[in-house]
Amino acid sequence: MSDRPMIEIRDVTRSYGTFKALDNASLTIREGEFFSLLGPSGCGKTTLLRMIAGFDEPTEGSIRVDGQPMIGIPANRRPTNMVFQSYAIFPHLDVAQNVAYGLKRLRLGAPEEKRRVEEALAQVQLAGLGNRGAHELSGGQRQRVALARALVMRPKVLLLDEPLSALDKKLREQMQVELRHLQQQVGITFILVTHDQYEALAMSDRIAVMFGGKIAQVDTPKQVYQRPVDRQVADFLGGMNFVRAQIVEEQGEAIVVDTLGFGRVRTDKPARYHVNGGNATLGIRPERLRVLWDEEKAKHEVAGTVVDRHYFGEITHLVVDIPGMEKPLSVTETNNFGADDIPVGAPIRLAYDPDALVALSD
Amino acid sequence: MTLARRLALFWLPAYAAFYVLFLYAPVLLLPLFSVNDSATPTLPLAGFTLRWYSQLAGNQEMINAAWNSLRVGVSAAVLSTLLGICGARALTRYRFAGQRPMGALIMAPLILPEIIVGVSLLLVLLSFGMSLSLVTVTLGHVLICVPYSMVVLMSGFEGFDRSLEEASADLGESAFGTFRRVTLPMVAPAILSSLLVSFTISLDEFIIAFFLSGPDPTLPIYIFGQLRFAARLPAVLALGTIMLVASFLLVTIAEILRRRAARRTHTSGGLFV
Repeated sequence: MSDRPMIEIRDVTRSYGTFKALDNASLTIREGEFFSLLGPSGCGKTTLLRMIAGFDEPTEGSIRVDGQPMIGIPANRRPTNMVFQSYAIFPHLDVAQNVAYGLKRLRLGAPEEKRRVEEALAQVQLAGLGNRGAHELSGGQRQRVALARALVMRPKVLLLDEPLSALDKKLREQMQVELRHLQQQVGITFILVTHDQYEALAMSDRIAVMFGGKIAQVDTPKQVYQRPVDRQVADFLGGMNFVRAQIVEEQGEAIVVDTLGFGRVRTDKPARYHVNGGNATLGIRPERLRVLWDEEKAKHEVAGTVVDRHYFGEITHLVVDIPGMEKPLSVTETNNFGADDIPVGAPIRLAYDPDALVALSD
Repeated sequence: MTLARRLALFWLPAYAAFYVLFLYAPVLLLPLFSVNDSATPTLPLAGFTLRWYSQLAGNQEMINAAWNSLRVGVSAAVLSTLLGICGARALTRYRFAGQRPMGALIMAPLILPEIIVGVSLLLVLLSFGMSLSLVTVTLGHVLICVPYSMVVLMSGFEGFDRSLEEASADLGESAFGTFRRVTLPMVAPAILSSLLVSFTISLDEFIIAFFLSGPDPTLPIYIFGQLRFAARLPAVLALGTIMLVASFLLVTIAEILRRRAARRTHTSGGLFV
């Protein structure tokens, strides 16, 4: 991965009448980066991907790929290739013909074309299946053919539109790992559109989280998950306990707040900080709270009562009522110490790290 | 088992058998009388002969009419299928103002009385100063064939994923190249069906041809003319038999081809699905 910008999106808006599918979005994606556009359906992530591919044009703003302005350039003359959600395998062609589809126009000559097709099929672990008909393929194989067909064109950017959503859970997880390896191996910039936060977290170098046509946050998976800018981003990426707090004082880029359960906490200012009558919201992820057993002590702890328990195999989800706190806390604990045996109604103590408490914009 | 159910079990198949017999028996009489050695189509049968068929072979008037029908049928089939491809593609692939009324207007000839269409076309073509010929018949046939072509082709266009065309563009192919390499092979079964259906409709169409034909008659016009002469009836029956067998073979062959293509591409589209 280099620092050279590969995709530059500047103030891009896509309107349909009064509805804005994408609202003044700006984004820079680097060369060789695995970048994800993450958000719920209707957030504009697919619209943005289709505008990069050339299937849609912005109402306003500019898109550059590798420095070249893309506005007005049709899809067939852009240095991007796409893996479609439906895979769009040509049903009247076999696997090798599908992969060679785009090469035909390059007039490489039969031996070179054959070599490139075989190379692409090997890259996606489909070597030797070139003669299979399109309708003889499993879902996972169709996905691999779509991938090979795009990669064989040696694009500057590979666009992936929810490529794993049609696969079952196990295959999806396997393909996540494979896709990540493949991207590192070929070094091409990948842009993945997904509504699955685990997929985005597991595969990406960076993630753009989108809501309602706007880009809410762009950062590494760890930052987006641990330091979400607002409640919406925090909520979308996983469970989050929200705690009301009173601002005591500002210290440069940090604030000191008082909370009912966690006491006085010093934390970074949220991204969109404005003093709002001295109130603030803090968030802490359920897995950042740890059950304290027997006489075990922690520097920072809260005490309460278990009011509900859900068993999920490898983890147990506890709901703990803390006196003084308006809402009970969600806690996830791995089952290696018997969290699944804690009875409802039992008193419980939880350890936490004040660093895990993050101030959020509303 | 109740009485009603037992009656239904017995009577439903019988009813179905009678229904089919009633529908097809008259058609089966046609080949039967065409080889009957008698100038009138009456029972009992007089004996086997191929006389009427050999009479046809030497009938230059009939051969001319058949040739006319073939030319009109092929032209009408090709034209209405070409127009149908454009129309079906527009209606299934794009959103535009007046789309629904436009679709309804294209389908309208299906329910318009043919005699009204025939008279109107006659008036319009004459006021344009066109003289009646096989060209005018072809134009009239295109008008009534297009709705059938549209029905068949629209189901063909709707039957495949739009992202296939996008994938083709994404892989560098031009709009025309995409049409040639993806769209056309995908809708080929529907195109085949459309050609066949239009040809068959044109081949046996009488009313519009009656109004719009000039000095050269099509086959149905010729047959109608022959019916005035009782002596020529057996030859007409022989001609009818040939048309029947030819149509049947044509439909069967096209349907086999279409099914084979549809299995390959996993699309539907066709009047005989």
